Amino acid sequence: MSETREPITGIEVPINLQFKFTAGKALTRFLTSIREGRIVGQRCPGCNNVYVPPRGMCAACGIPTEEEVSVSDEGVIESFTVVHIPIPGNPIKPPFVAANILLDGTDMACLHRVSEVDNAKVHVGMRVKARWKPREEWDYTFENIAWFRPVEGS
Amino acid sequence: MAEPTPELLTKSFELGYTYTRSTGPVIGHFLSELREGRIVGTRTSDGRVLVPAAEYDPVSAEALTEFVNVGDEGVVTTWSWVVDPISHHLMQKPFAFALIQLDGADVAMLHMVDAGSESAMRSGMRVRARWAAERRGSITDIICFEPT
Repeated sequence: MSETREPITGIEVPINLQFKFTAGKALTRFLTSIREGRIVGQRCPGCNNVYVPPRGMCAACGIPTEEEVSVSDEGVIESFTVVHIPIPGNPIKPPFVAANILLDGTDMACLHRVSEVDNAKVHVGMRVKARWKPREEWDYTFENIAWFRPVEGS
Repeated sequence: MAEPTPELLTKSFELGYTYTRSTGPVIGHFLSELREGRIVGTRTSDGRVLVPAAEYDPVSAEALTEFVNVGDEGVVTTWSWVVDPISHHLMQKPFAFALIQLDGADVAMLHMVDAGSESAMRSGMRVRARWAAERRGSITDIICFEPT
């Protein structure tokens, strides 16, 4: 070993965590409904807020939520960001818009993509509607909605 | 819709973080030397040798700059036997995690001992590094230690 090699200045230390995610009753209902193309949330018996996706409880009131509510696949952008930095393992190519979308009939925004629009034209208050994937691709996932697109005239 | 609705959905997934750490000059030198099959420590203000090489003096907090070669053999000061290694353990057979005080060092360092069986382990036993054939500048350039 007469050759001189570059001194070590950095080491790769990847961390891989293996999880088994259990959806719980509320989220299981949400996921089985969305597999049929319906968005189902839960209403809090205390404050009447409707949560999508449902968590089986109301964080504000600290009580269980059981009443199921079907909600619209249309809503309003509450806030958004344009993602420019690629996320390792994420197939979506930047720049893309990630938005908190308040679906009609709900009281808590859910996170999804906004597409079919110039990123520069996306704004808070914009009305958007779900762009569903083809029915044959539907599974137990919120990604049955490919993204949200602007509603005409909004 | 013949399929019954499951009571609870579960799914396995993996979350990976692609970290790269800067080693700094001291740990960098320690790792560069491992790549050459040598183990180095740093000498402290009170004359002790710390292995793996430490960056700062534990007493005076001064930066440590004097590197000292130590042996790749040493003594097990304490150990814990792993009966059933789990997937992320580097040895996939029963082994010991052990604190090993290398010849010329004043403190012990954590590594693994491949002793074959728990009955072959004892504090005070002498062990020797088993080096990897291809070394890249990592603590795993030492595969494990084995009884001499």
